[in-house]
Amino acid sequence: MNTCQQPVIHLMHAYLDGDISRDEEQALQQHLSSCPQCNDMMEEFKMSEQLLQSASPIRAPEGFVSGVMTRLPKEKSQAGISRILRRHPLIAAAALFFLLMSATLFSNFSNNQQFSFTKQPNLIIEGETVVVPAGEIIKGDLVVKNGNVRIEGEVDGNVTVIRGSKYMASTAVVTGSIEEIDEAFDWLWYKIKLFVKDVIPSSDSEPTTE
Amino acid sequence: MDELVNKRINQVLKGNQEAFEEIVTLFQQRLYQVCYRMLGNAQEAEDIAQEAFVRAYVNIHTYDQKRKFSTWLYRIATNLCIDRIRKKKPDYYLDATVPGTDGLNMYSQIAATGDLPEEEIERMETQDRVQYEISRLPDKYRTVIILRYMEELPLQEISDILELPLGTVKTRVHRGREALRKQMGNM
Repeated sequence: MNTCQQPVIHLMHAYLDGDISRDEEQALQQHLSSCPQCNDMMEEFKMSEQLLQSASPIRAPEGFVSGVMTRLPKEKSQAGISRILRRHPLIAAAALFFLLMSATLFSNFSNNQQFSFTKQPNLIIEGETVVVPAGEIIKGDLVVKNGNVRIEGEVDGNVTVIRGSKYMASTAVVTGSIEEIDEAFDWLWYKIKLFVKDVIPSSDSEPTTE
Repeated sequence: MDELVNKRINQVLKGNQEAFEEIVTLFQQRLYQVCYRMLGNAQEAEDIAQEAFVRAYVNIHTYDQKRKFSTWLYRIATNLCIDRIRKKKPDYYLDATVPGTDGLNMYSQIAATGDLPEEEIERMETQDRVQYEISRLPDKYRTVIILRYMEELPLQEISDILELPLGTVKTRVHRGREALRKQMGNM
């Protein structure tokens, strides 16, 4: 250990950093030539620096790039959709409309829990079951919501059961179609069909009285 | 080069994933080398360097195009490496006594396993020798020494990468140099 180390070491680092003034460098060289200990130290610094710099560069392995590309998240389609929406505001508006529309319909579906049915003469109500008595003929469509239907007689029209089940007796006759709607999607589809029917009047659809 | 990089980045920002491939190709060697030197293991280096590119891709919108892209990329990679090194650290205390050794603590264990005998060091290839010396440096100094000597980056850029004041970077380079000299002088 010699006493001149601290300030001189500082100069050595400044020299190695390439951050030294001409005067400082001269002072350092002068000191190094007169002080073998500091000179050894400087040599050691230089040697370790040279060792690090002598290492040949490390090459990335084959397939590195393709490895990165397969690890990237698949965002392409998402980005594509958002781009389409930005470029075509009409589609965006339609999408938003459809979203809100279906949201209302869905909420309608889950909120409307009350038992209701199409008012038709000749129907008999047993608790939450609508009965079409044997021998009777119901003219027109029959819609039952949140209840069951038991058909023993004849229905001259469509039968739709929303969140309920239907029982058909062997004597039952339904001239139209029979539909049971349980799922929200079926409900949505049913609503859309109704809507389309309203908009495009067709000859065989009769207005339902609910 | 910066112009090309920014062009590709703009394409990536518009949703063109393929444009990123050229960016990876341009920077793969630099990033892989840093990770390899930091971690000392080819498999981990590949994993972390690739992860760095994936993070860059995911967060590309946060990159400020007025700055140097390589600086930003180096920052992601060095942070990931430091995280990995910290996770690998065993969760025992160095000064806890090792059971059944009558007062010996972990320091003595490390001294016994961490340093290789002189003859073995002399037989090492330069490449391994460099890696060995780097691996013995404390993390703080290891990062700056790698960026300074392996990547040959100016101190100001290292300070940007590590988000440390220039003075701190200088101090760490000096201490790292000091540590290297002592390590190598001991043999």
